Amino acid sequence: MDAILLQILNGLDKGSAYALIALGLTLIFGTLGVVNFAHGALFMIGAFCAVTMQRLLGLSYQVIDETQKDFLGNPLTVNVSYMEGWFGPEIGQAIVDWSVPLAILLAIPVMALVGFAMERGLIKHFYRRPHAEQILVTFGLAIVLQEIIKHFFGANPIPAGAPDVFAGSFDFGALIGLGGGSIIYPYWRMVYFLFSVAVIGGVFAFLQYTTFGMVVRAGMADRDTVGHLGINIDRRFTIMFGLAAAVAGMAGVMYAPILSPNYHMGMDFLVLSFVVVVVGGMGSLPGAVLAGFLLGILQSFASMNEVKSIIPGIDQVIIYLVAIVILLARPRGLLGRAGVMEN
Amino acid sequence: MSDLKKGVSRRKVLKGGMAGILAAGVMPTIISKAYGYTNEPTGSTVTFGFNVPQTGPYAAEGLDELRAQELAVEHLNGIGDGGMLNTFSSKALGGNGVLGKEVTFVTGDTQTKSDAARAAAQSMIQKDGCVMINGGSSSGVAIAVQGLCQEAGIIFMAGLTHSNDTTGKDRKRNGFRHFFNGYMSGAALGPVLGEVYGNERRAYHLTADYTWGWTQEESMIASTEALGWETANKVLTPVGAGDFSSYITPVLQSGADTLILNHYGGDMVNSLTQAVQFGLRDRQVNGKNFEIIVPLYSELMAEGAGENIKGVYGSMNWNWQLQDEGTAAFTRSFGEKYGRPPSNSAHTCYVQTLLYADAVERAGTFDPCAVVEALEDFDFDGMGNGPVTYRGADHQCFKDVLVVKGAENPSNQYDTLEVVQVTPRAQVEYAPDHPMFGGPEASLGECNPGA
Repeated sequence: MDAILLQILNGLDKGSAYALIALGLTLIFGTLGVVNFAHGALFMIGAFCAVTMQRLLGLSYQVIDETQKDFLGNPLTVNVSYMEGWFGPEIGQAIVDWSVPLAILLAIPVMALVGFAMERGLIKHFYRRPHAEQILVTFGLAIVLQEIIKHFFGANPIPAGAPDVFAGSFDFGALIGLGGGSIIYPYWRMVYFLFSVAVIGGVFAFLQYTTFGMVVRAGMADRDTVGHLGINIDRRFTIMFGLAAAVAGMAGVMYAPILSPNYHMGMDFLVLSFVVVVVGGMGSLPGAVLAGFLLGILQSFASMNEVKSIIPGIDQVIIYLVAIVILLARPRGLLGRAGVMEN
Repeated sequence: MSDLKKGVSRRKVLKGGMAGILAAGVMPTIISKAYGYTNEPTGSTVTFGFNVPQTGPYAAEGLDELRAQELAVEHLNGIGDGGMLNTFSSKALGGNGVLGKEVTFVTGDTQTKSDAARAAAQSMIQKDGCVMINGGSSSGVAIAVQGLCQEAGIIFMAGLTHSNDTTGKDRKRNGFRHFFNGYMSGAALGPVLGEVYGNERRAYHLTADYTWGWTQEESMIASTEALGWETANKVLTPVGAGDFSSYITPVLQSGADTLILNHYGGDMVNSLTQAVQFGLRDRQVNGKNFEIIVPLYSELMAEGAGENIKGVYGSMNWNWQLQDEGTAAFTRSFGEKYGRPPSNSAHTCYVQTLLYADAVERAGTFDPCAVVEALEDFDFDGMGNGPVTYRGADHQCFKDVLVVKGAENPSNQYDTLEVVQVTPRAQVEYAPDHPMFGGPEASLGECNPGA
């Protein structure tokens, strides 16, 4: 029982990341009809927003300390943080400590700008081109973006920790009356799950309850008719691209304490997120979210030693096997609309 | 048609065909005999091939290797302060290239994939005329490239490869490994772990699913079970898994009190960080503090794992904080050029490049078989590991091994690991036909000069 609950919890945080990336992918596909293979790179850039914020808040001036030596035996150069200088040691350290959540403030405008630049600069030229060409060009763009990040940040993973208050783990088993020490779960993973639920809820509410969202949904259903009504649907879709980029970026920022940011982390998530989109149903936002959580949990269960002892290697292929079964039984995916990608 | 019939008889066609076949088959041999071996340098330069992971999970190691290789070439060509050439016991190299030829280099990206690494090495051999391939940060890759170099008649000076198989069952006459191996890690770490954590422990292994992980796990199990430890479970994990949470959570319910992470590079950074996040190091199991062990460490991994490595034990081939002259000379050269101390993967590639060049100088030729002879059973010193022997029987270097742990109170950003013990070479030696190294059947085979 404990093991099952623990795997469900593990699946939730992994599924949260899949769902957030898949949500953005679906938004772009549903509005612009573009299969965006650079979406994983947006997640990765988001994670590096956390690193950037950490470095910005940690900016310091240097003081030579003659009493200490560096690795070459020269007097040690000690870095003194500006934050600590301005706000005092306690508040200064607290600000630096909260750099990951604060990075959301940086990520939203940066990622929206990156999204606009991508859409206006490159992707809009491929709207009416075959999906194969869209995949090729966005895949190429993803590689360029990850090489740029590697150039500036290096190839090594860079730790970006959660605030100290969320750094440890809590006894989930004791909370639900299963006995102390039975289910230990890190605070930050729970924060990530709650955060992703909030973001997903926010995106749905935006699409459901605002005029802008209503127009976008109408455009997703029948772009031409909305255009005939005199609405500039292209501009709204461009904004949706920026929104999707911001969602991927926020997902990346908050994932940084779970997986130290590295330049190829986007690719690791991209393929799985695409499977999630296909299983959920191309163009279906609820489908993407549902499939993200389902496949995350399923992957966690497949990683259990008991399961792997029966079918070795199942953890590596389970998502793809499920995708095959679902596509055979229901080609449009779990919640996909009829006609989308069926021809 | 009739002209053709008149002019070309069947006999002439047969004769011509035979001559063609003979020419096609024999001429290359004649030409190659004229050169003697693959890629014999004929101009004023000689080209080395540096095949390292520039992308993928071990890219940070690869880029540091590349820095060291570039530095080695500078030192061979008489640029800079000479680094370890000043402390190396052999004085064959004079800073004027190798055999009077200026050393140049080309690079390849292994991508930490065997097929990509072989393709890159093949291109460097065939297109760029490299006489030696050096580098790499994965045993799977090293074994694949070593096999290719053997077939091509090129010397392979392995980079960071720690699997027993590289100089065990997959050893090759044209391949040489300076880096230590999984068996040596186990032999060095075992006694220290017994001393620090006692003889009654239950260990849970998470192991990278490829040749290095398998032999590392086997070696650690052998050394810890010899102490009296029990192996609670051993689980293989895919390379580059990213999120190891679903592998870590079963540890909590296994009754194990020790987690041995047979992971390297980015995988180790992630698995260790996540194990700490799941509170493993805060737990008490079987009346003991839960402990984590990382058998193979590197400075770059330690940097990536941040505070999580504090007090975690592991082993290394070399560390820039050693106090000998060779280490000081290399660290100074590297530090002044790149502004940071070298990693142990950088060190091994630097040393391998110098060792190859030195062997060529001593042999008086780039002929790989003469170089093999010069390297086999070669004793040297002054390269940061104390007295070292390149054993002729399996082409494995034998030297002291470092047991290290994450620094508790780092004095600067590079002071991530502290050396706990320099394990004497005698403690990590083994017979060339040891069962973990392919047994009596393992053989280097014949040297291949290629061409």
